[in-house]
Amino acid sequence: MEWDWDFVWQIMPTLLEGFKITILATVLGAMVAGILGLAIALARRSSIAALSRSVGFFAEFIRGTPLLVQLYFIFYVLPDIGIRLAPLVAGVIGIGLHYATYTAEVYRAGIENVPRGQWEAAKAANLTERQTWIHVILPQAIPPMIPALANYFIAMFKETPLLSAITVLELMNQAKSIANSNYRYIEPMTLVGVFFLVISLISVIGLRCLEERYARLDD
Amino acid sequence: MSVWSGYLSLILQGALVTIELTFMGSALALVVAFIAGLARLSRFFAVRALATAYIEFFRGTSIFVQLFWVYFVLPFAGLTLTPLQAGVLALGLNVGAYGAEVVRGAVKAIGREQTEACIALNLSRFQRMRYIILPQALPLMLPTFCNNAIELLKGTAVVSLISLTDMTFQAQVVRAQTGDTLIPFTTILLLYFLMAWAISTGMRWLEHRMTRGLDGVRV
Repeated sequence: MEWDWDFVWQIMPTLLEGFKITILATVLGAMVAGILGLAIALARRSSIAALSRSVGFFAEFIRGTPLLVQLYFIFYVLPDIGIRLAPLVAGVIGIGLHYATYTAEVYRAGIENVPRGQWEAAKAANLTERQTWIHVILPQAIPPMIPALANYFIAMFKETPLLSAITVLELMNQAKSIANSNYRYIEPMTLVGVFFLVISLISVIGLRCLEERYARLDD
Repeated sequence: MSVWSGYLSLILQGALVTIELTFMGSALALVVAFIAGLARLSRFFAVRALATAYIEFFRGTSIFVQLFWVYFVLPFAGLTLTPLQAGVLALGLNVGAYGAEVVRGAVKAIGREQTEACIALNLSRFQRMRYIILPQALPLMLPTFCNNAIELLKGTAVVSLISLTDMTFQAQVVRAQTGDTLIPFTTILLLYFLMAWAISTGMRWLEHRMTRGLDGVRV
């Protein structure tokens, strides 16, 4: 079968329609992952052993199991216990939760990277807990985290095609339905690959800039 | 009860497929990682460029997109693969691209003085790599390889979408036949977690073995 440019232009609007949903899912997922990750990181630092242990195990469990199965779990199991979610909402929660366990590690490393002396100096200067976090710890902890967080958000963007398995009409799903109704796989599947590759390559360049701007976490 | 044992054996059959995929995928990924990783350090520009293109391509798109491309588009190019072959190929090449960066990083992390000492001792390039650099670089790679292997295990769930009867696929079969969602999905989540745990335990043991006798040598 030959590559057909006419067919490419014909399916482009549908693919772009799906691409919008892909972007939407990525942005919403990144927000969930960003906030939930911080919550997990703070819970793991908690002095209540029961809380930090159970959150730690939960995060470990999420990281050791496939995102696809977690999405199925949210999409199929939760309705049985009375929580009915729209596919996109279920997808955003699933992908956000999965990546929150990764971003939590970034937050943890970032906070731990702030030297002990800073905490002690804050205490010596008689700052309150709140002041210590807002004026001393976070301003030093956050900049090195930014490239690492961005890295996970790019990874998350690449995983969004999995949402098609729970009937979210994003890029991959649109491509699949085009392919199935026309029985032409080459153009839609290749275009999906190209879309993702182009965006990823651009974001990798952006990431390099971020890394240069803010020092890397592991250095 | 006997019905459930029937369904459980179905899931366990799927678990075997998942394990098989993980092993074969990891083997391919390991080979590819070393070839591409060392190629990126080559003297020749063409070899370096080829390896870089491969790595960027496979890291720029997700395993899902690659798998669909391999399974649905390659047949039009005259290369028809069974779902298992497509799965192993896509998983191996995808994770291999990540592994290649690990190999490159570990080899570059070995100090220059080692290379200079090899030159002073008149070792050939092959001897330098085989006897001096790689034995020191290997222990550095293992922890990240462990993470990559777990990522590969999680990636295997995606092959259920090209109708390979792995654990996730079988859980969907059980869901379709019984209408029950909680038991099949919880079972496979636990099994995946168990496998991830087995991989990290195995890798830790391997790391322990390989670094034996290196104490005091490594910085």
